[in-house]
This record gives sequence, structure tokens and C-alpha cells, in this order.
Amino acid sequence: MAFEDTLFARYPDQVRETLKYRFLNAIPHNDTLGITFVDAEPGSATLRLPYRDALVGNPDNGVIHGGVITSLIDSVSGLAVFCSLPDFETIATLDLRIDYMKPARPGRDLFARADCYKRTRQIAFVRALAYQDSPENPVASSVSSFMRGASRHTTIFRKDKAS
Amino acid sequence: MSLYEVVTRARETGDYGELMSAVPYAALLGMRMRREDGRLLFHLPFNDRNIGNVMLPALHGGVIGGFMEHAAICQLIAERESVQMPKTIDFSIDYLRSGRAADTHAVCRVTKQGKRVAHVGVDAWQASPDKPIAVARAHFLLT
Repeated sequence: MAFEDTLFARYPDQVRETLKYRFLNAIPHNDTLGITFVDAEPGSATLRLPYRDALVGNPDNGVIHGGVITSLIDSVSGLAVFCSLPDFETIATLDLRIDYMKPARPGRDLFARADCYKRTRQIAFVRALAYQDSPENPVASSVSSFMRGASRHTTIFRKDKAS
Repeated sequence: MSLYEVVTRARETGDYGELMSAVPYAALLGMRMRREDGRLLFHLPFNDRNIGNVMLPALHGGVIGGFMEHAAICQLIAERESVQMPKTIDFSIDYLRSGRAADTHAVCRVTKQGKRVAHVGVDAWQASPDKPIAVARAHFLLT
């Protein structure tokens, strides 16, 4: 879905800078896991998660826990929704389904890319892939939906930042 | 200590603390589990590191998901004869309420356990079990 009316399309440099420096730092758990921003476009986003021993789910083989991939995919999917929106808005994950294709190889970075493929007045729909070498060979794939305007609280983005 | 030794000992003593510290990700979240009235209860004490939205504040959706997925894995480990770590095939979570800056609890039920695949349901709540913050279900490969 082409999103032409996005905040991102209107202020690409400001939004990208904000995402790079403010978005992830303002989310303590992403910092806990070590998730970093890679890139974003209107309606899509990519994040990176370097391998760390603290993220291991199976101590016998060093494979990263599925829960870490859940956090990475939830974050990148929410970010893709944010990048599809016409203005500042809070969003909340409604549901998230992840299929695990193969274990993530220990010692290697993990990436996740999400695409918001449909946005309605109240809901946004997202597909995402987690991968190491290439998105054609995914570790996990996911579909999720997000509620728009989930809260009246302000987000970490203030309107005056981009205008 | 191998996972096999940790699980064997936990089954004998009923103390699952070592199982939690043996899995780095569960230790990072700060997860705990205990047996009470014949069932396993899983706990996630509140920790600033698990926040996803500082403005609300609310727990990260991935933390709630990871906590529930690991609870399901521990439930299977505790119930099964084998101590092999179950592999997640798929995990699906519905978020019902925002996870506040508070302790979170979960219980699991093994809906079906076949030879190769198990299906597990998980309910998570904070203030009251009547008000779940999320429900999840997962398939696990056992072999």
C-alpha cells in the first residue's frame, strides 16, 4: 500500500533522525535487548539486534529465545505502523502471530523488517520477517494488527518536533 | 550444569529457581515460577528494564509475549518425561489490556500433547485473573 499522506513523507529527514536517536532510546526494553534502528520508509521499517549471551533461550546450544524475536518483531511492526500514519498517534498491538521457520544461528546479528500493508481509520495491518543473512531465508515471519489512537497520552514524539 | 541436571533437580525439590537462572533470557526478564496447589504459577516482577512506553508507562508488548512463551516452555518441561527444550513452531498473542508498571502473572494449560507436537494456552494478568492483559497460544515441536 502506498502511503503518500504520511508524516514521514512530509518530514522524511526529521522523522528518520528522530527514529534513529530518540525512538529506540525512549523504549527501555529495546535498549535492554540492544535493538538498533537500521532504516525506515513510509509504511515500513528495519531494525537490528546484535547477538548477546544474555538473550539465549537454550543454554545447551546458544540459540536466542523466541521471546527476543517477539520483542524485535513487535517493535519493528509498531514502527512500520508509525511510519504509515498521517500524523502523531499512539498505537497498541492488538494481536501478533509469529511462525518460526528455523532457529537463529548463535553469534550472528538478527534483522527484522516490517511492512504496514493496510491502514484503516482505526486499525493497521502489518507483515514482518526476521532474518540473518537475507529476508529470502527468514528465521521467523509474522502478521499483526494494531489499534490506532490507542491512548490520549502523548507519544515521545511531540508535534513541535517536526513542524 | 546442563539443562538436564537443572530440570531433574527442580522436579525432585519442586524449586524451579535454578531453571529460571539457567536460561539467560528468563533471567534478563527477571521471571520466576513456583508450584502452588498442584499447578505452576509464573511471575514477572515489575522491572524498569521491561518498559516499552515510558509515557504511560506500560510494559513492552514483546516482554509480555516473551514471558508467556517461556512460561509455556517451562510448563512443558515440568510436565514431560523428557527434558529436551521444546522448540516453538508458532506463537500467537492477543493483547487485551495495556500491561501496566506492575507485577505480571501467568498460568498455562497444555491443551494437547502429542508425540511430536504440543499445544499450550497461556493467560496473563496483573490486578486480577478475571482481567487478563493478554492471552496466548503456541505449538511446540517436542522431538
